[in-house]
Amino acid sequence: MLEIEIDGQKLEVPDGSTVMDAANRLGLHIPHFCYHKKLSIAANCRMCLVQVERAPKPLPACATPVTNGMKVQTHSDQAITAQKGVMEFLLINHPLDCPICDQGGECQLQDLAVGYGASASRYQEEKRVVMNKNLGPLISTDMTRCIHCTRCVRFGQEIAGVMELGMANRGEHSEIMTFVGHTVDSELSGNMIDLCPVGALTSKPFRYSARTWELSRRKTVSPHDSLGTNLVVQVKHDEVKRVLPLENEEVNECWISDRDRFSYEALNSDDRLTTPMIKQDGKWIEVDWQTALEYAANSLKRVADEHGAAKIGMLAAPYSTTEELYLGAQLMRGLGGGSIDHRLRQTDFGLDGKLAGIPWLGMKVADVSKLDAALVVGSFLRKDHPLMAQRLRQAARRGTRVSALGVSNEDWLMTTFARVTVAPSALAGELAALVKAAAEIRGVAVPVGAESAEVSDAARRIAQSLCDDGARAVFLGSVVQQHPDAAGLHALAQELSRLTGATLGYLGEAANSVGAAAVGAQSGLNAQQMLLGGLRAYVLLHTEPELDAANAPMAVEALKGADTVIVMSPFKTGLDYADCLLPVSPFTETSGTFVSVEGRIQSFHAVVRPKGETRPAWKVLRVLGSMLELGGFKFDSSEAVRDEALAGANGWLPEYKLDNTASDVAFARPSAVSGLQRIADFPIYRNDAVVRRAPALAAARDSAAPTARMNAATAAASGLTEAKRVRVRGSAWSSELDLALDDTVPAGCVRVSAGWPQTAPLGTLSGILNVEAL
Amino acid sequence: MNAPENPQAILLAGLDGDNTWGIEHYIKRGGYSALRKILESGMTADQIIAEVKKSDLRGRGGAGFPTGLKWSFMPRQFPMDKYVVCNSDEGEPGTFKDRDLLRYNPHLVIEGMAIAGFVMGCTRGYNYIHGEVFSLYQRFEEALAEARAAGFIGKNILGKGFDFDLFAHHGWGAYICGEETALLESIEGKKGQPRFKPPFPASHGLYGKPTTINNTETFAAIPWIINNGGEAFQALGKPNNGGTKIFSVSGHVNRPGVYEIPLGTPFAALLEMCGGMRGGRKLKAVIPGGSSAPVLPADIMMDCTMDYDSISKAGSMLGSGAVIVMDETTCMVKSLERLSYFYHEESCGQCTPCREGTGWLYRMVHRIEHGQGRPDDLDTLDNVASNIAGRTICALGDAAAFPVKSFIKHFRSEFEYHVEHKHCLVPVDVQREGSRIYVEHAAC
Repeated sequence: MLEIEIDGQKLEVPDGSTVMDAANRLGLHIPHFCYHKKLSIAANCRMCLVQVERAPKPLPACATPVTNGMKVQTHSDQAITAQKGVMEFLLINHPLDCPICDQGGECQLQDLAVGYGASASRYQEEKRVVMNKNLGPLISTDMTRCIHCTRCVRFGQEIAGVMELGMANRGEHSEIMTFVGHTVDSELSGNMIDLCPVGALTSKPFRYSARTWELSRRKTVSPHDSLGTNLVVQVKHDEVKRVLPLENEEVNECWISDRDRFSYEALNSDDRLTTPMIKQDGKWIEVDWQTALEYAANSLKRVADEHGAAKIGMLAAPYSTTEELYLGAQLMRGLGGGSIDHRLRQTDFGLDGKLAGIPWLGMKVADVSKLDAALVVGSFLRKDHPLMAQRLRQAARRGTRVSALGVSNEDWLMTTFARVTVAPSALAGELAALVKAAAEIRGVAVPVGAESAEVSDAARRIAQSLCDDGARAVFLGSVVQQHPDAAGLHALAQELSRLTGATLGYLGEAANSVGAAAVGAQSGLNAQQMLLGGLRAYVLLHTEPELDAANAPMAVEALKGADTVIVMSPFKTGLDYADCLLPVSPFTETSGTFVSVEGRIQSFHAVVRPKGETRPAWKVLRVLGSMLELGGFKFDSSEAVRDEALAGANGWLPEYKLDNTASDVAFARPSAVSGLQRIADFPIYRNDAVVRRAPALAAARDSAAPTARMNAATAAASGLTEAKRVRVRGSAWSSELDLALDDTVPAGCVRVSAGWPQTAPLGTLSGILNVEAL
Repeated sequence: MNAPENPQAILLAGLDGDNTWGIEHYIKRGGYSALRKILESGMTADQIIAEVKKSDLRGRGGAGFPTGLKWSFMPRQFPMDKYVVCNSDEGEPGTFKDRDLLRYNPHLVIEGMAIAGFVMGCTRGYNYIHGEVFSLYQRFEEALAEARAAGFIGKNILGKGFDFDLFAHHGWGAYICGEETALLESIEGKKGQPRFKPPFPASHGLYGKPTTINNTETFAAIPWIINNGGEAFQALGKPNNGGTKIFSVSGHVNRPGVYEIPLGTPFAALLEMCGGMRGGRKLKAVIPGGSSAPVLPADIMMDCTMDYDSISKAGSMLGSGAVIVMDETTCMVKSLERLSYFYHEESCGQCTPCREGTGWLYRMVHRIEHGQGRPDDLDTLDNVASNIAGRTICALGDAAAFPVKSFIKHFRSEFEYHVEHKHCLVPVDVQREGSRIYVEHAAC
């Protein structure tokens, strides 16, 4: 520990602390621009110059290490003169266009200029003008305002893992820019807007729409991935104007993904369903709630009476709130059939009834940062879990050995220890090889079923990293969960975890997958059985099976064949198969609760009033239950629903409920496959009904139209080297797509993204595709 | 080199003739004997550092930091890679001494670096040579090939089990890459921008490893110190200012060029060696240590001896030893405009005071020079320069500020004349006459 005195206040700080760290501990504010607690020290803005005893000149607090007995003055004449001098330099070439600048009111330069700037400028020369850059659909630039603090550059290098912005040129001509002709495409890019201390980088979708002081700030939780990202939603006139991170060091730190940040545009889009609608004689008509609810209740009752309640099922999106899912399950059980599921993308339900608890991360999110070794199996990590990827990236920077076994060799923008990329059918063999290698390292008998696996060098290294001392984990991603032998892969991963001592965890599909399981929203028939079983009535909650289901064409066929399909959604969706549309609130317009992948229970309030005639889904379900005269729907508030649904839980799901241990599940076997295997990911901005409708995200590079991607050798072997456009034929139907050569795709595979209308007709997410040149 | 032999020279001694840069000529002059001496006599690193300390050799790049002390900062026992780096990115206006050292005596630098590598326990060294005179880089590469072939660098040097390999690296002309940490960034393949210190290169240098960086001339002095002893080197100069120093003399003298003289030689003697003032004109001012050193008026300069302490006492810096001599035909405003333009152009843009301030300084001086000065400009200039000096990451900010402050301090009346009369005190035709290129100096 080192002793330091700042402005007369003494304290002790750990070795290696800077003066800025010490001042922060004391709650003293030293003005700064380039310093940011999550970024490396640049010491380039010079705003934090302070007087240090015995130093001949002022020193930057952010970069000056504390020495024992150091005495610092942050407001002495020397310090203030230096700070004012720097402020003058920052302002001479700054356009001072605050009245037309989007940053006005939340600008660090503006704020500090009040304290340290002069009332008039001594600078009489011409000011610098810098050309704006096109950074893509999300970030708007006014580069003349830039003060060259390089926070955006360091964010790219250090947090996003890719340097998409840099400072080119020299001296006064220095400019922040991209590589020539490139845009900023990182899935975390929006954080640069937050980091920019001036109005150089602002939000393109938000800009010119409101002033910061006009906005109310309300907390909520992201519905877009399993992490439970904390958000601040900024609202004006009951419209969401902007979404920013709410700092929570244990979850999202101070970051959010672009998906979390820009998806709100969909909530204000014309695609919103704002009035209940029913279909009569093939025509959609707008009706009042009473009519719609009576219609829905009568339809369900009629099906129950005519075909039995077993012929009714509910398919809910896994980002529905806990309250909605609980009441949905109550409704289904009350009717008698009890079928409800949220796992539309899953095809193997072999773990049902075999797991000791709810599948979860296996640890706290914060503990991921403390791992010494991690293996991520079958995940499109960056796009499925942008902030979890960020956390692993930071861990890898500190020395965590992050390995990957998966079906795509996409760059994770981090140092990976070892990577094995194989076709989906070979995942089982590679997991078995890891099991075998781990058994050999541990000196125990190789488990039956893994003896014949061929252990590669990479597999041995991965197994060794998982056997070494320290905190270790094996994480299973969406590819495993959506695999046709998901249970068998789980069994292998569980064996690997048992042999190595690494914790087994799931990265989790969606914001409330854990909550859905916790409140019994996976009971009766599973999603696949419901869609295969030709039910007579379906209730859809938030979900769009024509894009979300593992076998979309089959789902659409089943829905079209039903007597009634009641869609509860914030959007006009399912018009060709539904007969009743009920406008229900998206996450911003209802109170609710998400249980994240670590079992963290986070409740939130509505941040805006429901749009038009929209009503919170939990209220709609409550009314439906009452109209159907079912018991157990007497709730006054969503909190009352939550308290019943998650009885006994306080902030966290009780640990005994969370358990990834399965019993009596056989290892998956590598299957012999002939033909091109499909690899299907849900692209980051095609993942749920909300993001699909966000215009700025739809213009991002990650929303590029789907292609059939295969590596050059596979294309050559399939006679497609010259092909530009191909016909892809799946189990159900075919699509015409552009062919793209992509060496991240393993041999013998073709990657065709799901979540797109163009690719939905292909049928199952896995299986064989026939690709021929057009 | 085609110059009269200078009896005082040790670094540039014996360089009259053809192909003095070849290894044969160097060995004939006694080259590589120092390296052989330490390897064969079993001299230890500590003994060598002690000799260097005794020699009072101070860094020749500009800062004048004692070399022996710098070497002793190096964590020599650090088991991993360590580097020795030579700074030959001689970009300071007025400085051209390393150019001649590398052009005519490259093996001296190689030998000095090999000895430094031995002392610091480095197996690898780099010489960063500026790209403006590309032939220097090419010649150094040739010298490295010769030294490698002769076994003076590489594996198992002279069969004594000492490994040291040396590589040349050239810049592309950025002045800032002469700043030692920007130079390291540049070698690493990054944009040449200074790093914030601490950590210093001795603990966190090239590729994050302990690194010793010295100027070309500093390394060149090492073999002589080893051969003749630190005390002998010290005795060449004066206390705390050991040895000889190469001065690059430019400006209004009859024989501008490179002069190696003992530290402590009176400025008047140096001026004499240079053939005196051109056209017999009166000396007006001298920048004694390269463009970043404060200017000194003639009367103060004539009382100085050429060494670190004397020049420092007079209010300037010996710097890199670039002596820029200005006679009475010189317009001081125009001179400062030229200097300020240089720093404005060469600021790397990383930190605020230098990025924004150098342009401001240049524009103000430019305005004054072009008859658009305002009465309060001089105070603003001085204040802006003060706001830059000492507030930046590297010394470029100081380098830009010192000339401005010193020019205004010593020649304020000339600036005031410019502001008031919208033109120069020195008539234009006199300026033109003074800056004519003379061809009649003796060596040509």
